[in-house]
Amino acid sequence: MAEPMAKTSVGPPPPRATSDPAWVRWGLTLLAMTILTVLVVIPVVSVFAQAFSKGIVVYFENLLGDPDTRHSIVLTLTVAPCAVVLNVIFGLAAAWAITRFRFSGRSLLITLIDLPFSVSPVIAGLVFVLLFGMQGFFGPWLRAQGIQILFSTPGLILATTFVTLPFVARELIPLMEALGPDEELAALSLGANGWQIFWRVTLPNIRWGLLYGVILCNARAMGEFGAVYVVSGKIAGQTCTMPLQVEQLFVGFNSPAAFAVASVLTLLAVATLLAKTRVEALARQSMKEATQARQESRGGTP
Amino acid sequence: MSISVCNVEKWFGKFHALQNVSLEVPTGCLLALLGPSGSGKTTLLRIIAGLETADAGTIRYADDDITHASARERNVGFVFQHYALFRHMTVFENVAFGLRVRKWPEAKIRERVMELLRLVRLEELAQRYPSQLSGGQKQRIALIRALAAQPKVLLLDEPFGALDAKVRMELRHWLRRFHDELHVTSIFVTHDQEEAFEVADRVVVMNRGRIEQIGTPMEVFEHPANAFVMDFLGNVNVFPVEMQDGRALFGPLEMPLPRFHTSNGDSSSSSNGNGSNGNGSSTQVYVRPHELALGRTPEEGGSLPARIIHITPAGSLVKVRCVAEEFGLVMNVDITLDQHRELHLKQGDIVYVSPKRARVFMPDYAI
Amino acid sequence: MSPIHRHLLPGFSASLGFALTYLTILVIIPLSACFLTAMSLTWSQFVAVVWTERARSAYALTFGASLIAAFCSVWIGLLIAWVLVRYEFPGKRAMDSLVDLPFALPTAVAGLVFSALYAPNGWLGQFLVPLGIEGAYSRLGIVIVLVFIGFPFVVRTVQPVLESFDSEVEEAAASLGANRWETFRRVLLPALYPALVTGFALSFARGLGEYGSVMLVSGNLRNYTEIAPVLIVESLEESQFKDTGYAEATAIAVVLLVASFVMLLVINWLERWSKRADG
Repeated sequence: MAEPMAKTSVGPPPPRATSDPAWVRWGLTLLAMTILTVLVVIPVVSVFAQAFSKGIVVYFENLLGDPDTRHSIVLTLTVAPCAVVLNVIFGLAAAWAITRFRFSGRSLLITLIDLPFSVSPVIAGLVFVLLFGMQGFFGPWLRAQGIQILFSTPGLILATTFVTLPFVARELIPLMEALGPDEELAALSLGANGWQIFWRVTLPNIRWGLLYGVILCNARAMGEFGAVYVVSGKIAGQTCTMPLQVEQLFVGFNSPAAFAVASVLTLLAVATLLAKTRVEALARQSMKEATQARQESRGGTP
Repeated sequence: MSISVCNVEKWFGKFHALQNVSLEVPTGCLLALLGPSGSGKTTLLRIIAGLETADAGTIRYADDDITHASARERNVGFVFQHYALFRHMTVFENVAFGLRVRKWPEAKIRERVMELLRLVRLEELAQRYPSQLSGGQKQRIALIRALAAQPKVLLLDEPFGALDAKVRMELRHWLRRFHDELHVTSIFVTHDQEEAFEVADRVVVMNRGRIEQIGTPMEVFEHPANAFVMDFLGNVNVFPVEMQDGRALFGPLEMPLPRFHTSNGDSSSSSNGNGSNGNGSSTQVYVRPHELALGRTPEEGGSLPARIIHITPAGSLVKVRCVAEEFGLVMNVDITLDQHRELHLKQGDIVYVSPKRARVFMPDYAI
Repeated sequence: MSPIHRHLLPGFSASLGFALTYLTILVIIPLSACFLTAMSLTWSQFVAVVWTERARSAYALTFGASLIAAFCSVWIGLLIAWVLVRYEFPGKRAMDSLVDLPFALPTAVAGLVFSALYAPNGWLGQFLVPLGIEGAYSRLGIVIVLVFIGFPFVVRTVQPVLESFDSEVEEAAASLGANRWETFRRVLLPALYPALVTGFALSFARGLGEYGSVMLVSGNLRNYTEIAPVLIVESLEESQFKDTGYAEATAIAVVLLVASFVMLLVINWLERWSKRADG
């Protein structure tokens, strides 16, 4: 992507040769709006309409009255932060290694980080069943030790972490590449040690990009379905995260309850979107500044 | 503190960036590493700073071998070409950084930082961010940031490279005065010979990973060690001459060769005059523009007729470009403003050019 | 121009070591387990599992629906990107944000809401079903959901390219006598091809792996709306009653994995190709 910067803001009207007749402009705009309405707006609105169709009291009864649903909320709030924290640590380590050092196999490592994106979520779940399931590679041994990974929280965390693994690293690598090592080398020459360089120089410079990655990672972690579906065993009240609970309630013909849980997830998505829009601007800003600074320095003599 | 670099080698893949480089920098000296881009000067500086590792050789600060010490342990002040100021910190915090990581008490940090800011007369910018500073201001902040923790060595990578011409001039004088006050052993990298001569006590001329010459600005300018240095240090006229009985002849001219300079193995300076003053062999003679005289009439000792192509006034000098049509040779001659008034030169005039001083470089000329 | 800073900054072995260990535990070992398990089947067993009539129908549906959905996504994405970049209208910023909603909305919610919307008594279904358009528990439903998930990829790949266009090119085309449609078709569209193809590939790849929403909207009718991942889940659930264990589920997974790796290669190649096309 050549220039993912700045969205077009309100500006002067474009020159004649590049503007379309009014009927084309309005026709296309209306068409686009209609499609987005049917495809996005109506579904979102209908989630809330369905959730509240029996009144607000029933809504909260559906949401909080059912112990299984309550548990699914707690479970999602446990699994997603764990996955996010793990992937933040990984993202920072991987970005540091990849952007601050040259070593053979570097581009292979970058490809490897992207790999989970191209694996179907169901397969992401399946591979952990293969490892930890009863007939899996480590299953019998784990069972002998009395360690439960599959059909319990650790399995859910593993599968979610796998699926969301690339998010943080993918944001950090291009940003840190663009920032370059100059400020860190300056800190080094001024006598800072590794941690001091990281906390005082690197982290402040990448904070918006990191936060952006965390937001994306968290949204996906909370909403993940396929992978956790496979590893959870769908034990209501034990291993059902919110998306799984939506499915369980729906299959159990409890549509209003399913929509109640779905409405919470939709709210999360909308909140994610709002946070994303704000942080994205800041993240792009720091990326832009970094790129500009690098371009200036490329103009000089070596 | 003195610095000594001994037999340093550096390879970047197949590129031999530094070839057996040795260098002594006495305490309190302000030394310039001068050379074209790709000559290895920045690499050498970074190796001295510990921002690059040498493949072979040793670096000593005073008597300590610090070849394997990290940049952090060397206690050098390094001023980066593009300053590398911490963009998320104020000017104050930038300067304070080196002190904070050394765990200085807060009061002493304040005192030291403000003292330095006063030194460069930028106290009022303490709470600004780097993006709000001009190039010259950034440069000074980068410099005092490097000096804050009282390093024994100050290293500057193209310190004025990113500034415009006027600021550059000011900062040059300022750096010289600054150094005279502080007397920290300093090395700076530049590709601008004027800058090197104006600021430095000693100049090291580098080319293609090797040191070509070390000396005071005057020594290097007056007695260039070889053709490269001669050529790099300014405009030079090259005459392809014939050698006969130890005399260098070019058409009607005999070149006034005071003595021969021995080039240290760089064969590019001379072609096939090797090892003899033999008759008929040809070589090249170098004459600076101010070492050529112009006259309206032929000189007795021999002079070369040439037609003026262009006249450029340059301050107290006038630069005259003329061509000896017989030989197809274009020459640059510097004359004073007074001479120019005397001679009434115009474009297209025929003048007579005679060299007052010339140099020849031979790889192993027998003395 | 920056030289190689090998081992100058601290933390090389620690960060690389951690990243490699993490990837090994979380990605390399699990994915190898997948191929290893599949290898416990003989070739004929493997073929017998992955080439049943039911499996073939599932592949055909997965690929076919993804392909059609990606094709629709390209046009919808192009339209939305065009409108967002070229025109000014009230609600533009909201529209820009809405495009990202499918990225953020959990797929289970998408499946749930689409199946409810297009059901015979749903908001849209009550008008569409009498016309014979079944948007729930049908193949059409799968395509709609995949378009919902796929079109943002196209918008987000086309938008920056469209923004970077130099207005001079269009002015030149106009000065050479082309009308707007000709300018679009002959000048702008060809320049957008790489981005469109990349967007197509991304949304196609996403469609291949999608599970949650499709499963909820399709009703998993055998040989009709059953997609390949559903087969994996089902044979995994049955695995405890079979002596081949997980191998059968894994065999189908391997087919899908190989398909998505091929897609990954194609996307990478396309991105390089479009970068080159940018000059």
